[in-house]
Amino acid sequence: MTSRQKRFAFIGLGLVVLGVATVLVLNAFQKNLVFFFTPTMVANGEAPKGQSFRIGGMVEDGSLKRENDGLTVHFVVTDTAKSVPVTYKGILPDLFKEGKGAVAQGQLAADGTFVASEVLAKHDENYMPPEAAEAMAKAKKAKASGAQSSNTLVIQTQ
Amino acid sequence: MNWSKYSAPLAFYPLAGKMIPWFSAVAALAIAVGLYIGLLVAPTDFQQGDSYRIIFVHVPAAWMSMFLYVVMAIWAGVGMGLNARLSFMMAQAIAPTGAMFTFLALLTGAMWGKPTWGAWWVWDARLTSELILLFQYAGVMLLRTSIDDLRRADRASGVLALVGVVNIPIIYFSVKWWNTLHQGASVSMTAAPKMATIMLTAMLLMTFGFWMYSIAVILSRVRCVILERESQPAWGNPSAAPEVAEAR
Repeated sequence: MTSRQKRFAFIGLGLVVLGVATVLVLNAFQKNLVFFFTPTMVANGEAPKGQSFRIGGMVEDGSLKRENDGLTVHFVVTDTAKSVPVTYKGILPDLFKEGKGAVAQGQLAADGTFVASEVLAKHDENYMPPEAAEAMAKAKKAKASGAQSSNTLVIQTQ
Repeated sequence: MNWSKYSAPLAFYPLAGKMIPWFSAVAALAIAVGLYIGLLVAPTDFQQGDSYRIIFVHVPAAWMSMFLYVVMAIWAGVGMGLNARLSFMMAQAIAPTGAMFTFLALLTGAMWGKPTWGAWWVWDARLTSELILLFQYAGVMLLRTSIDDLRRADRASGVLALVGVVNIPIIYFSVKWWNTLHQGASVSMTAAPKMATIMLTAMLLMTFGFWMYSIAVILSRVRCVILERESQPAWGNPSAAPEVAEAR
């Protein structure tokens, strides 16, 4: 091996060792790197008890209720397997909607309710014009109803 | 044609000078058309309304911040392997542009995060690792300037740049590996893009424009670096490279 090849081999080997070390470190820190806990994780007791943490998931359809003071809201965060009821007093972000993702920070009360001090909307990776979203919702509906009539226009979405 | 002659800074200097106007023109055109389609032609988003339009700057800037870091590290690695001066000069010239795009990605992300998430900043894996990338760029640049001996400065900052490459896959895959507030990738190599075609067109045009801009800026910066570092060659003959002699 020429000294030039030796230098490149040394650099390459260094990068491989570094990569392996990083993978091991990240594996060890796996638990500490989660931004929020899912309702299933909370049900399994993986979330820290007696201290503040974040919970994330979908806001269950039809679960959003507002109290008469106009500020306190109740909703259910679900990951379709398990769900956790959340209480929050404050202004919700614009993108907060039923059926969409949300992340709430707060503490678990004794009765199993999550008392949030901050609620963030989690946006998904889909971007489309409103008409396309409407068409997709329609297509979904048509599919759900079994597309019984032949004159129903079913828009194929990918 | 013998390309390897351009690995000599004195030969590369005029070549870079010839390429800069072309890349600048293409960059200006791509960014102008990209912004036009992105801000005026593309429809509003079904959830976010118009605030989504920040992606036409945010996503290309974030991509460039990661891409430029890898390119910088490769130049540093090539420089160390071949003992090539020009490679280190390229690495030196890339760092400020990479840092600028990292800062731009963080800034536009914060501007988008407030109306969308309800927070300017959160400490999730994606945002934190991108912030670390900004510190890495700063570290590489600072380490270089803190060492007076050029060859030692090249090697030290090159090693730091190479070590820092581990952060790039962490940034990219952070939204996949961990629960983050930042959404997953809308555009990836393995799946169909999760956005309307016209939006995607604008975003890709902007990315192309930023890429060409980076090349133009880096080439003009590397010319400055060449002048700065090769200004006193004991063996040099100014008449061998008239353009350099002129620029002096």
